[in-house]
Amino acid sequence: MEETLEKKTYQVDPSGYYGSFGGAFIPEMLYPNVEELRENYLQIINDPSFQKSYNDLLRDYVGRPTPLYRANRLSDKYNTNIFLKREDLCHTGAHKVNNTIGQILMAQRLGKKRIVAETGAGQHGVATATVCALMNLECVVYMGELDIERQAPNVARMKMLGAEVRPATCGSRTLKDATNEAMRHWINNPVDTHYIIGSVVGPHPYPDMVARFQSIISEEIKWQLKAHTGKENPDYVLACVGGGSNAAGAFYHYLADEDVKLVAVEAAGMGISSGHSAATTALGKPGVLHGSRTILMQTDDGQVVEPFSISAGLDYPGIGPQHAYLFDSGRGIFLSATDEEAVQAAFELTRLEGIIPALESSHALAVLGRLGAAQSETVVVNLSGRGDKDMATYMKYID
Amino acid sequence: MNRITELFQQKQPGDGGLLNVYFTAGFPELNDTTRVLQALQDGGVDLVEIGMPYSDPVADGETIQKSNDRALENGMSVKILFEQLHNMREKVFVPVLLMGYVNPVLQYGVENFCRKCAEVGVDGLILPDMPMDVYLNEYKSIFDRYGILNIFLITPQTSEKRIRQIDEISEGFIYTVSSASVTGSKTGVSADMESYFARLNAMNLKNPRLIGFGIKDNATFTQASQQAAGAIIGSAFIRLLQETSDLEQDVKSFVRSVKNYPETVEI
Ligand SMILES: Cc1ncc(COP(=O)(O)O)c(C=O)c1O
Repeated sequence: MEETLEKKTYQVDPSGYYGSFGGAFIPEMLYPNVEELRENYLQIINDPSFQKSYNDLLRDYVGRPTPLYRANRLSDKYNTNIFLKREDLCHTGAHKVNNTIGQILMAQRLGKKRIVAETGAGQHGVATATVCALMNLECVVYMGELDIERQAPNVARMKMLGAEVRPATCGSRTLKDATNEAMRHWINNPVDTHYIIGSVVGPHPYPDMVARFQSIISEEIKWQLKAHTGKENPDYVLACVGGGSNAAGAFYHYLADEDVKLVAVEAAGMGISSGHSAATTALGKPGVLHGSRTILMQTDDGQVVEPFSISAGLDYPGIGPQHAYLFDSGRGIFLSATDEEAVQAAFELTRLEGIIPALESSHALAVLGRLGAAQSETVVVNLSGRGDKDMATYMKYID
Repeated sequence: MNRITELFQQKQPGDGGLLNVYFTAGFPELNDTTRVLQALQDGGVDLVEIGMPYSDPVADGETIQKSNDRALENGMSVKILFEQLHNMREKVFVPVLLMGYVNPVLQYGVENFCRKCAEVGVDGLILPDMPMDVYLNEYKSIFDRYGILNIFLITPQTSEKRIRQIDEISEGFIYTVSSASVTGSKTGVSADMESYFARLNAMNLKNPRLIGFGIKDNATFTQASQQAAGAIIGSAFIRLLQETSDLEQDVKSFVRSVKNYPETVEI
């Protein structure tokens, strides 16, 4: 067949799918909102004035490019060449802001007056509240009642930034329920509100739009790595996967280069078969979650299962449809790390390099020893966020 | 002929609106499904929409969400629902629809699901998050083979072009959502809605319409029925089920009061 001769891109097709994953499985009440976005997003993103605003803000406000740092002591330890992409140095402390900057500019161009968002750990909520303050737009953030208790510092940050934080009180009262509430809010406010989704999930075109806004990560890695090593490509790119936005951004410009191994690390929680896990590809099956066909953790009856991870940002029962496709096609290598392994990796990085990583990012670090990377090979780890928000958890492990 | 199609065909101009009542399967107690169904029919309901509880009902407001949570805690599942409905058609003659989200149906298998529906006597499905193109390309032939109608929704934001498309592929009726909202909104029928309904009436669609969302009593039902073939009550009925201490009697009285039947006349 002709197709096999072509280089596979692993990008979204014109009808909104990645292989059999993706699409827009939404109630009619959301159709006009999503359709408006679908019809306009590419034209807006490709507009030179949009590009200029986006790039200027990334440079002057977010602090991009973020460094690509050769972690020498960590490299010695694993006897290979490890580079850290320092998304932890972004304004607000994680990669999430790359997306919210893009989406707030999108919302403005669509003439929207209000923003709604969901958040789990609070990182996306903070990044959304931040850009809303910057652009003077009203901001409502839904957060699971349980997460509000678990992530008090980020709740305080969102409030100080002027956002209204509303609890999601139904279901399991965590990220997936906050996402449901944000979608309901959008149904109830269809005309003047834009929904800033926090990861590469949701109905088409969200997964593609968010991946494009995060693709700056691999765009920078490409030239930075060349400057460091003279090499065109790394051998491995590693990233943690909650919904999958930091991974999508770190993989983006390498998807068609099949020589680059793309390693996605999920949260195994207390262990894959412990009943307290968020390792979606290990435990999930194809189905529909939050508007797209993807892989999700569910019962035989098709009810969504509540995941578990020490890291609230990975505590999500699905993955974005592009990741489902990378998993299904074998293009992506999907591993997982337990709570314990992640915490250990966090301490290791802190003591070897003086960098305290977010618990989410620590999951990516935790598999370094399992890669089998050769001494001559190059590994890029996307350090998606910093660990300030996780100090209460880390403190429990000190001594 | 499909019971839904038949019901709308038999309706005469002076008949008054058709009442469709939604309730969640396995609520308030696991085995209340058929009790509620029977009581609705005894009260004189015209169609029934049985909700299949789901962990993540995105189009539903708090009242129906809580009933879903409760039903799932009770152990409700698609499999159990089909068991409960197994002998339904020995006594139930009104058209019955199942309403739910697409994921549990996919997990059950669409073909298996439709076969079971036909077996127990379910006439139609309402799956709000099933996209039109996916339905047409992948599932319509299966629905057709088992004689199951797929009911589509429209809202005040749905474009005229899309309404025409939906009308073209619909059979039975079109579920007309009255306002931009999830279920359980407090509104009755406002002036905005009147103009939306008037716009729909002027379109001369081939399918009849039932108006849903915000209908709760005789007044709102009567108002809606002047604009369409009838109306759908959901959250208001769930609230009654939450509170009732005499399920059969209260359900019958509710239907009678909405349809304005005298209490004493047996239907
Ligand atoms: C630092 C950090 N990394 C990763 C994630 C996981 O999200 P994603 O998989 O979309 O990158 C989060 C989510 O809150 C986060 O805060």
